[in-house]
Amino acid sequence: MKVDTGFLESLRLGGEFDARLCMNCGTCTALCPLGLEILPRRLFRHALLGDRERVLGESEAIFSCLLCRLCEANCPAGVHIAENVRSLRVVLNGEARGLAEA
Amino acid sequence: MPVPIQSTLGMLGDNLRKRGSALPLSRRAAMAWTRGLDIPRGGETVLYTGQMWQMAPAINAMTHRLARFEGSRLSGLFGFARRMNRLVNLTPLLARSSAAERQAYTDRLRNIARLLKAAGIPFGYLYEDDLYAGGLAHDEGLDTVFVAHAKRIQAVLQRHGVKRVITVDPHTTNMLRSVIPKALPGFSVEVKSYLEVLAERAPPVRRSLDRSATMHDSCVYARYEGVLAEPRALLARGGVRLDETEMSGPLTFCCGGPAEMLFPSRSADVARRRVAQLKAANPEVITACPLCLANLSRVAEPDVRIRDISDYLVEAYAPAEA
Repeated sequence: MKVDTGFLESLRLGGEFDARLCMNCGTCTALCPLGLEILPRRLFRHALLGDRERVLGESEAIFSCLLCRLCEANCPAGVHIAENVRSLRVVLNGEARGLAEA
Repeated sequence: MPVPIQSTLGMLGDNLRKRGSALPLSRRAAMAWTRGLDIPRGGETVLYTGQMWQMAPAINAMTHRLARFEGSRLSGLFGFARRMNRLVNLTPLLARSSAAERQAYTDRLRNIARLLKAAGIPFGYLYEDDLYAGGLAHDEGLDTVFVAHAKRIQAVLQRHGVKRVITVDPHTTNMLRSVIPKALPGFSVEVKSYLEVLAERAPPVRRSLDRSATMHDSCVYARYEGVLAEPRALLARGGVRLDETEMSGPLTFCCGGPAEMLFPSRSADVARRRVAQLKAANPEVITACPLCLANLSRVAEPDVRIRDISDYLVEAYAPAEA
């Protein structure tokens, strides 16, 4: 794994990414209407570790999240899961040439 | 293989940036619902549609057509289509809907205007300045496009001297009340959903409906904006008894709508699961969001009847249309 020490900072600039409270309990995964196994707990772990390549390789999962907040309403740690996912989208869009151009 | 994510989002973002709307909608079409209602232009309190009810049939049509590209080799053409779309608006080809469907959706705006009038609540409308609220750009992380569009909305509201906004759908409510003020600190307008405004006013009941149904709460009203008690209070006073699903209120289950354009099959699977949950409680289903209505209706069998909450409220609280 290649650690990118600036990745977390770029996520915070993209939105309000904060997954430090995530306990990796899996309640979110169990409740997800789409049954996305990667989202959000493992994805957040990769992000916190600075594994940029692994996170950006999950664009299909990141863009299919419904942002419905069913996970968030039941998260025992109070993680703002939907905003975290949105922050990942902002960074992914910045990676795609021309997508977010003004 | 999904519909190509970057090209599809790019196309919608290009549309919002260049044409002011994510999907094809002429200003004339967006305002057509007001015909004969004599709603004054502007004012301190305005009914803000954010074009969601007007756009829902186009979203529906686009989802249907994009589903054909899912897993198809033709999806490789999306990059080229995006480049072409910058020059000539191609989205009308993907998002063409029937006149009957457009009428059915915008009739809900007429319902809402009639309800507010019957309750004695004065309001104006911004007509050609009633802009889309930009939810798609924000949710998909197209922040540059979203912020530029939010500034256009701010400028329009300031120009008209708007102080209070009455919204008609959960997404516009969330954008104007919670998202845009955070992105643009100077944005200060009081924002309430028409359901909140009506519940506060508690207008007299003209006809008790005496029927039962179940309620599908939109995720955005339920978990983002806390609009849960108001629709229930209005329905209860109007004589509608609700058979609630296990997953209702703060635990409501998504209609699948947010994934509809990029992942049409997955979105339809979620919608089918939701319709099954609702049907088990009562085959008469009430929604309060144009996107939930479109997404659930698309997969529902004929034995499930899905209608918008304004269809019920207008019957209970508004005088018959002349």
